[in-house]
Amino acid sequence: MSGGTSLWRYVAGRLLQAVPLLLGIIVVNFLLIALAPGDPVAVLLGEYPAPAEYVAQLRQRFGLDQPLPVRLGRYVASVLRGDLGFSFAYRLPVARLVVERLGNTLILMGTAMTLAAIAGVALGVVAARRPHSRLDSAATGLSLVGYSIPEFWLGQLLVLLFAVTLAWLPAQGIRATRETYTGLAALADLGRHLILPAAALSFRYLALIARITRAAMLEVMSQDFILAARARGADERRVLWRHGLRNAAIPVVTVIGYNFAFIVAGSALVETVFGWPGVGRLLFDAILQRDTPVLLGVLLIVSATVVVVNLLTDVAYAFLDPRVRY
Amino acid sequence: MTDLLVVDNLTTRIRTSRGTVTPVDGVSLRVREGGAVGLVGESGSGKSMTAFSILRLFPTPSAWVAGGRVLFDGRDLTALPESELRAVRGREVAMVFQDPATYLDPVLTVGEQVAEAWAAHHGWRGAWARAVEALGLVGLPDPAETARRFPHELSGGMRQRVLIAQAIVCRPKLLIADEPTTALDVTIQAQILDLLRGLRARLGMALLLITHDLGVVAEMCEETAVMYAGGVVESGPTESVFARPAHPYTQGLLASAISVQQAQQITKTIEGAVPDLRDPPPGCRFHPRCPHAMPVCRAETPPVFRVAEEHAAACWLLDPAAAAVRG
Amino acid sequence: MALVPARARPAYAAAIWDFWRRYARNRAAVVGLLLVGGLAIVAVLSPLLAPYEPTATSLRELRPPGTPGHPLGTDDLGRDILSGVIWGTRVSLAVGVTAAATAVLIGIVIGAVAGYYGGLADAALMRITELFQTIPRFVLALLVVALFGRGLEKLVLVIGLLAWPQAARLVRGQFLAQKSAAYVDAARALGLPSWRIIFGEVLPNVLAPVVVLGSLDVAQAILLEASLGFFGLGDPNLVSWGGMLNAAQAYLREAWWMSVFPGAGIALAVIGFNLIGDGLNDAINPRLGE
Repeated sequence: MSGGTSLWRYVAGRLLQAVPLLLGIIVVNFLLIALAPGDPVAVLLGEYPAPAEYVAQLRQRFGLDQPLPVRLGRYVASVLRGDLGFSFAYRLPVARLVVERLGNTLILMGTAMTLAAIAGVALGVVAARRPHSRLDSAATGLSLVGYSIPEFWLGQLLVLLFAVTLAWLPAQGIRATRETYTGLAALADLGRHLILPAAALSFRYLALIARITRAAMLEVMSQDFILAARARGADERRVLWRHGLRNAAIPVVTVIGYNFAFIVAGSALVETVFGWPGVGRLLFDAILQRDTPVLLGVLLIVSATVVVVNLLTDVAYAFLDPRVRY
Repeated sequence: MTDLLVVDNLTTRIRTSRGTVTPVDGVSLRVREGGAVGLVGESGSGKSMTAFSILRLFPTPSAWVAGGRVLFDGRDLTALPESELRAVRGREVAMVFQDPATYLDPVLTVGEQVAEAWAAHHGWRGAWARAVEALGLVGLPDPAETARRFPHELSGGMRQRVLIAQAIVCRPKLLIADEPTTALDVTIQAQILDLLRGLRARLGMALLLITHDLGVVAEMCEETAVMYAGGVVESGPTESVFARPAHPYTQGLLASAISVQQAQQITKTIEGAVPDLRDPPPGCRFHPRCPHAMPVCRAETPPVFRVAEEHAAACWLLDPAAAAVRG
Repeated sequence: MALVPARARPAYAAAIWDFWRRYARNRAAVVGLLLVGGLAIVAVLSPLLAPYEPTATSLRELRPPGTPGHPLGTDDLGRDILSGVIWGTRVSLAVGVTAAATAVLIGIVIGAVAGYYGGLADAALMRITELFQTIPRFVLALLVVALFGRGLEKLVLVIGLLAWPQAARLVRGQFLAQKSAAYVDAARALGLPSWRIIFGEVLPNVLAPVVVLGSLDVAQAILLEASLGFFGLGDPNLVSWGGMLNAAQAYLREAWWMSVFPGAGIALAVIGFNLIGDGLNDAINPRLGE
């Protein structure tokens, strides 16, 4: 039951389930193009002057004279080949443009998620240790506020406080523009630029994780096996972290994973506030420049990322809960 | 033999949303070294809460020991700070619970949970080997392999053996077993009782067995204490209590146990139900259901009268004056 | 609608009073109600409360709070911040409430059909729900608004169309639990048409958690509307909190007040609806041990 091969079979099964979901996402993308007012080719080009021969080429490739299903088939095929369109604003294929920016976004998201997971779980556990105590009320209040504040406004407030008023940290960009650092100094420079956006991005997530952790811990700590662990003399620390958190981790990890889409949106907004050169910033610029191909490409790539993260979440769940039958 | 555990006038309260209740109200008990005592009563009589109170372990944080003493090996456990009491739990006094499905952590291997009991008192070094040894001692096949299993991979009877293993791994002087067979199939019940009896003899530990099943007590325990509505109404050598029950409640229990061995039916045989502990009846708590109730039973709590050698009961009928009245 | 005698109908007045007492015991929930009530009054009375037209520009640009006539200052075009925040309340609440209502209505229909009929309809609808839960809502909304054009009613429609999956899942689960209940069998035996059983008999029994979700959905819709506004995709003819924050971004160093006040408006509204949602939830499912 808990053998290695069956786990891999489970993962393979889940991967297979993800395929129709990915196809569905491509179809949604296609429908958006087809249903949007105006000429689909114009949609695929964006409002940027494109060479006439490319327009003709697109027309032919997508066969606008063909019936809808044929066009859908051609679109799916071209996406599967990795062709997400061409951005005339940047004069680059969309796929390359997005992938180039993805690294910066992942740095920001990864930092924010790690921060949120560690601090959120700690806050939730501490709050659950003594329910309805003053500490718990403070943690609960903090997580309500954190969950309700839009991350882009929090970002602006952080800029106002730490960049404008105190001038401790940079407000914009990913690295210093006036000097060129190398090695460790470059890393430190990146870190300085990362602090504010990561904090702004992680706060809502942190609040959500703290909320879920608290509820899950309260549920677990009232279980019989907690009493049994105390009865055999296990100390409170072990009861709390080994029995309590190990069981609470199952719902918490699920919530963290399944709310990944949530941090995607947050990242786009926070990147805009801090001029972070990632996918979110690209999205913002694409809207300003009416660069529709980029919008479509980002939607596809980001949705696919969400599918992958959900898949990883299910795998993590299977690892964490021995009761899951693969 | 000397006394291992003396519970003296123990009182436990629970704060609930609708007021404070006293599920354990002045309970006194005694377990001798190596001896076995059966604590019998209906559900709601406070027998499980008595067991939890001994180690000050409660299923809810709103319960507390409000009075009395628990003398174990001469030390008053009620006066020990939490850290010192923790050293007693599992090492000197261990517990086995009712439902092995809920008292085992579902996400940890059973081996870890048995080893944890050893490690809590002696450190993790060698704990796994001890766990495997204990799992073998409780009759689990292939203990080294079983230790790596998760609770859901074992049958109910095997899980109960795991719970017993985690209780005996430190060789406690006293084992408190709270309805250890209630959640099991009838055929498994007998095996678990055999196991407990065998372990008791082999490890020389005392047993406080909490049950609603008089048959189990007759089979397992030299001494019996009967609880009703938060207090012990009769106690003594099992033989004497079963042969000459002095309290009308014990008499009712025994009468119903002969015909039916189900706890639910006990309640039906004795008219009425266990009283509401938020508002217990005055005087003797059994008087609303007692066929022999007298005016004094409604007014005053009966003292404990000696029935025979070591055999006592709290009932006004045993007062010499009552005997005179009844002729 | 009470054709089926098997279902007990509570005395509504007493039930509502009882519910209110449980709700009012929760101080945070009452705070939420006051917050939302206050904002609702501001939204309704905005023409009376706002000292200026929110879009009226003037030569008094970037004046700080406390400037005579402009208690919260002015923005880069000399527009009054206080008036903008007041009118923004109206936009946020209107979009939030109608979008959440749209989402809940769609969710109820889809969830009820999936849960009541089961089988193929259920499988198909749930796959679609899953698809919509996977695609990041914000990015899709950006795209739709960018492709189909901006405007208040489109904003409401987009947010509503993207937010329904949660309600659908919830309603489906409730219907699955209820569909074999005795009163449903009785209604079937009486020969009631399915749509009457679904909407007349089962739905009233599963509405409570849907109302909770609806309240939380309003909070989410307000956030989404503000996010779109911040990306410059709000209604170009209206002043909204998100749009004001978009303008503030370029003037963070010069005019903190352009950011702080509209943002506080968003935060208060979202906190208010979240508190109400939590309070309703606690009042419906009283927690153990208080």
